[in-house]
Amino acid sequence: MQKFSALSLARKALGGHLGWTPQWRSVEPKPAYDIVIVGGGGHGLGTAYYLAKQHGLRNIAVIERGWLAGGNTARNTTIIRSNYLFNESSSYYEHSLKLWETLSQELNYNVMFSQRGCLMVAHTVHDVQVFKRHVHANRLNGIDNEWLSAEEAKAFCPPLNISPNIRYPVLGASLQRRAGTARHDAVAWGFARAASDMGVDIIENCEVTGILRGPGGEVRGVETTRGTIRAGKVGVSAAGHSSVVLGMAGVRLPLQSNPLQALVSEPVKPAFPTIVMSNTIHAYISQSDKGEMVIGAGTDSYVSYTQRGGLHIPAHTLEAICELFPMFRRLRMLRSWGGITDNTPDRSPITAKTPVPGLYVNCGWGTGGFKATPGAANLFAWTIAKNEPHPINAPFTIERFRDGVMIDEAAAAAVAH
Amino acid sequence: MLLIRCPYCGERSEIEFANGGEAHIARPADPMSQTDEEWAQYLYMRDNPKGLIAERWRHAHGCNRFFNALRDTRTDRFVMTYEMGRPRPEIDAATLAEAAR
Amino acid sequence: MSQAFRVPGRGRVDSARTVTFTFDGRRFQGQAGDTLASALLANGHHLMGRSFKYHRARGVVSAGSDEPNALVAVGSGPALQTPNLRATQVEVYEGLTAVSQNRFPCLQFDLGAVNTLAAPLLPAGFYYKTFMWPRSFWDRVYEPVIRRAAGLGVAPTAPDPDHYAFQYAHCDVLVAGAGPAGLAAALAAGRSGAQVILADETAEVGGSLLSDRTSRIDGRPAALWVADILAELAALPNVRVLTRCTAFNYGPHNMVALNQRLTEHLADPAPDMPRERLWQVRAKEVVLAAGALERPLVFEGNDRPGVMLASAAQTYLNRYGVACGKRAVIVTADDSAYRVALDLHAAGVTVAAIADLRPAPDSALMRAAQGAGLTVLPGTTIQRAHGSTRVHSVELARLLPDGSVGKGQHWRADLVLMSGGYTPSVHLFSQSRGKLAFDERLGVYIPGESAERERSAGACRGVYALADVLADGAAAGVAAAGAAGFAADAPSWAVDAADAPGRGGYAGALPRRGKGLLAMAFVDFQNDVTAKDVKLAVREGFRSIEHIKRYTTTGMATDQGKMSNVNALGIAADALGRPVEKVGLTTFRPPFTPVTFGAFASHARGDLFDPDRRTPIDPWARAQGAVFEDVSLWRRARYFPRGSEDMEAAVRRECLAVRGGVGIFDASTLGKIEVVGPDAATFMNRMYVNAWTKLGVGKCRYGLMCRENGFVYDDGVVGRIAQDRFHVTTTTGGAPGVLAMMEDYLQTEWPDLDVWLTSTTEEWAVIALQGPSARAVLAPLVDGLDISAEALPHMSLVEGTIGGVPMRLFRVSFTGELGFEINVPARQGRAVWEAIWDAGQAAGITPYGTETMHVLRAEKGYIIVGQETDGTATPDDAGCGWAVSKVKADFVGKRSLVLPAMQAPDRRQLVGLLTEAPWEVLEEGAQLVARPDEAIPMHVLGHVTSSYFSATLGRSIALAMVSGGRARVGETLHVPMEGRTIAVTVTKPVFYDVEGARLNV
Repeated sequence: MQKFSALSLARKALGGHLGWTPQWRSVEPKPAYDIVIVGGGGHGLGTAYYLAKQHGLRNIAVIERGWLAGGNTARNTTIIRSNYLFNESSSYYEHSLKLWETLSQELNYNVMFSQRGCLMVAHTVHDVQVFKRHVHANRLNGIDNEWLSAEEAKAFCPPLNISPNIRYPVLGASLQRRAGTARHDAVAWGFARAASDMGVDIIENCEVTGILRGPGGEVRGVETTRGTIRAGKVGVSAAGHSSVVLGMAGVRLPLQSNPLQALVSEPVKPAFPTIVMSNTIHAYISQSDKGEMVIGAGTDSYVSYTQRGGLHIPAHTLEAICELFPMFRRLRMLRSWGGITDNTPDRSPITAKTPVPGLYVNCGWGTGGFKATPGAANLFAWTIAKNEPHPINAPFTIERFRDGVMIDEAAAAAVAH
Repeated sequence: MLLIRCPYCGERSEIEFANGGEAHIARPADPMSQTDEEWAQYLYMRDNPKGLIAERWRHAHGCNRFFNALRDTRTDRFVMTYEMGRPRPEIDAATLAEAAR
Repeated sequence: MSQAFRVPGRGRVDSARTVTFTFDGRRFQGQAGDTLASALLANGHHLMGRSFKYHRARGVVSAGSDEPNALVAVGSGPALQTPNLRATQVEVYEGLTAVSQNRFPCLQFDLGAVNTLAAPLLPAGFYYKTFMWPRSFWDRVYEPVIRRAAGLGVAPTAPDPDHYAFQYAHCDVLVAGAGPAGLAAALAAGRSGAQVILADETAEVGGSLLSDRTSRIDGRPAALWVADILAELAALPNVRVLTRCTAFNYGPHNMVALNQRLTEHLADPAPDMPRERLWQVRAKEVVLAAGALERPLVFEGNDRPGVMLASAAQTYLNRYGVACGKRAVIVTADDSAYRVALDLHAAGVTVAAIADLRPAPDSALMRAAQGAGLTVLPGTTIQRAHGSTRVHSVELARLLPDGSVGKGQHWRADLVLMSGGYTPSVHLFSQSRGKLAFDERLGVYIPGESAERERSAGACRGVYALADVLADGAAAGVAAAGAAGFAADAPSWAVDAADAPGRGGYAGALPRRGKGLLAMAFVDFQNDVTAKDVKLAVREGFRSIEHIKRYTTTGMATDQGKMSNVNALGIAADALGRPVEKVGLTTFRPPFTPVTFGAFASHARGDLFDPDRRTPIDPWARAQGAVFEDVSLWRRARYFPRGSEDMEAAVRRECLAVRGGVGIFDASTLGKIEVVGPDAATFMNRMYVNAWTKLGVGKCRYGLMCRENGFVYDDGVVGRIAQDRFHVTTTTGGAPGVLAMMEDYLQTEWPDLDVWLTSTTEEWAVIALQGPSARAVLAPLVDGLDISAEALPHMSLVEGTIGGVPMRLFRVSFTGELGFEINVPARQGRAVWEAIWDAGQAAGITPYGTETMHVLRAEKGYIIVGQETDGTATPDDAGCGWAVSKVKADFVGKRSLVLPAMQAPDRRQLVGLLTEAPWEVLEEGAQLVARPDEAIPMHVLGHVTSSYFSATLGRSIALAMVSGGRARVGETLHVPMEGRTIAVTVTKPVFYDVEGARLNV
């Protein structure tokens, strides 16, 4: 692997940058691997990377139906934080956040993890109660999260409108300072490059059409648009398409795939220092390194694989943005897009074995999977390699729905009365 | 924004409706006789199809009636809507192909 | 030098109306009808911007919305200065102020241009390879520097004072684009009687015809034909023509969004005019007539000011009466540039040479150019353009038969025109999910199979000859009208003298002599993506066009690739060794051009941001000086301060008043549902955990509702009005959800049940009168109704009148005191409230708000759904196991409640907490642990859900959900706070009047 550094860049510049080689090998699929990972997004590529790096497994293929990281990795608003309420969740997301903090160095690929902090804005008395509960719970878990008054929140994020005269005035905010954003493509490419370097085959334009089973029902490999690929273990990390892939093995999942839209403004000079989230009025915004305001909208209500939704959904988000940041009304939407989120009933993911021996699934990340990329990849790799979950992801099973042990972060923010 | 034909009111824009998830998932007549596994299948497990879905909509800002729809989730094209209680209609191949187009 | 480049007698600007504006503080003059770009060009001013990465001096390239370079900020002041507007779209008016962007200290001399020198170190993706060491420098050093360098204009810093509008519309035929095809389509459809909306992004309909001095339609100059058609359209009542109105989003089911700019071009707009209007148009049929965009050529120095599209120079000349230079060199791969040369020549601009990339071009147009004495150089490319803030010369070089490039020859020029052929604008078609098809003949993508009810017409589908365009448009209009149910005849027009459409075109980087390792040939002007960057991406293994776009950022500038995509594709295809059609295009993402946030938000601001639900009592509470809180959509009085009281003082006083006398509370926000029908009791039995069959008429019961997952969803008192009629109350925020859930079960699971559900939330005003004196205050008012303890015991109800007003009177209490909830028709709510208020004066009646209500109910251990419960609590967890019927075979949630995990002894259960220090009020949300000295992460047992100072008890109280809490009563737990720990004793959750003696009086 060519090492990336300012020095190597300068050296290559002397040769007109003709000396660079592909960041990952483009290969034809082999007939068989030890492990096939279905889904070449950040989660899938990271899984392959950690399987190779931490578990010494090299005979691995990542197969991707389209172009690498073209699904939700390419379509999210890159918010990374770990200030979740329940121990199960915060442990998982904190595991990920810690990996983010060293990921650029780990991969020798600048993923531009920018710890700009994340303000979660409270608009009602009930919001205040809920966010303070988060702050206290996180503190006792060793996860940074603090409560700010409205004035303190404005000091941290000067554009924030804390006028008492708006429809839902800002009553305060919780702040996780270690939260941040990252360059989404870079994460996937960085994992791909490092995994490829360790021997992982990365195969694009290769769609799974079936899952091969042995006489005992165990996984034997996958059928793809590029032929049969045998494998003793198959890990599915297919986000919005998880139900489709698992369905090929007869496994039903508690998932609904919904459109989720996002948008960016035209780039402007630095005008927004942090991430602001308002769950109450549905506004999620940060500014990218390039200068674009990156704004997440809500999910459309219906199942769809079209990667688009109704314009009224982002319009609703922009209403909230314009209320909280009235100086941004004159900014303009440059680009909008949709992804397919796979939502579980308790809005927590599944990173687990399936009822089919040798078949593993990492799904259900809904609207928040990007932040978990290295963590989920790391734990999914563990689960596949050892055929049992790591203690952190042990609660995130499919069976938790049967057993009534949900991890319901959404319910924990129940609407006030 | 989808255009949805309420069987009672006609075509209206999606903002008048609330999606009710997959259709034809009947609540078991005697829930207490269900195993935990069966109950979880009813309550949580979904086909989530990429293709034709039978789904429920409620004309929330209209007649407030629930009804069913057949829609292709690859294109969001509706094949038909029909009243609650009717069995899922069989759709011919040509219509399916048109919805998938 | 005032408008030295204005060509008298040319253009459509108003030569009689001169306007003065400033650019970067300098005063300029233009004419009404000018764009900022055309007015600056009229003054010989090409330098209008700086590029994103290298801060290269840039001039205007195009004359339309595809402009990547000439981005300016318009308006002045922290609220109004709008960044990133295209000078090609900004219309000048008297007093317009515009400034350039992304430069320091000024446009002419920008220190950032040093980046050009460092360009070899800044290839595509350089930031992925660097800035990683030392790690701590990323946040503190590298990233802040990168951020400051990036961005284009400056965002406003003060609230936008303008307002915006929004409109839904329906039509039979929507025509997007009012060039020749769109006009023909709109007229054809309009004549049929169909409702037609014709929208065009520019200020004036006509499109390319406004720049066309050659063609004759029905013997008339093209621009006069446009006027004729527009006049006819204007006279048709069923046709609406919207200019400055961009169709920007083609959504599912023919919902097309338009953005109309209403005041931006006006010096002095009426103050009540919205700045912009967003339209959501549901069209039965759509005609896309979006035209085509000329492509630039990719060669070294193609970004120098003075290098522009040939068609743009033609538009500036013919539409705006501006010559873009004095001495032009034209480089083309397409015949259309010869017409530009002829027009420039006729206007007195020297056309030094026309370099044609094609080895043997031959067309009538080319011969006409030669006939006019212009120098045509076939088989010639441009090696580079020279200049810094303005091009001054170019090197033209022969393309040799072996594919190499000959020695360059210098040509002086202050204007270099590029024509790489035309690309149909398929953005909207692609957004509609129509499938693109590669046209081998034209070498471009054109619309293939439609996904929606739409058709493309004219140049946007590769039809270029004017006669064909008009016929195509007319046919599309007829087809659209016909599909919408209107019989139409296609109008037809005779076209004379029109040029034959261009042949040829080029995609990719022009061949050059030498390796040019330092040469910068730009593909994406704004983002400074060069041909080498695209090749580097391919070299580094990025093979998908989407990867190449993301790695290089080509096509991600504010023109969204309108100027760059096809050339990037050409270079990528070349580097990949694959044909263009095998590489494919990136997704066309909406909006077509940028759309103002404010237009999306439109009226939804301030009080109109969300419905503001207020009770009939609200004005009274306001008059009393109440402080309010938002609870779902409702505004509720939180407390009623007297004098200088703060909330704490007011709440203490209000609490004592209720416990000691009588308080009055507005409970109108409670959700109310009337459940009626022969099967009403059966339905209630299935929906609620409680049993309802035996509840007598005139009796009330606390109802608790679970979701099917077994967790508490809502609660409220339910009264049985009649055998077949229940008056159900819900929580304030839960009402819509409860009704929806009830309807869901009723309509889809139990349609056999004969029950009707009606939301009556807004029908009833609800006045809670609570406290030992409540009966004494109320009794004289209820028109003789016996409300004694015997006649109307706790948890019963009666119908009657109060001061003649019909009333449902509930004897219920959420305070633990003798209490009544007086339901009266909402319209009489205020009057009844005031009558009770007056009657209670002698008893010291005190209004109280939600905060006091919360304290009083907490003293009694009554839960609030959403505060004690959070969607993970079962009825038993919340201390309401008593409410769950043990005998019912089924109810919503019952099956889930028997799961082993739902019965686990360590589930979090409702308890009370008492601090050692009576004055110490715990923080809601604070966590509880058994071992305060434990290291982090601590083992948490639960959390404080409600916590108040109880004036009644003279101490603090708290409710909490604690793991195995009911077995812990008497235990000491600890609340670790920042820097200290508070010890608490676990108690039962009822702190006051445990026996309920005060209720039953």
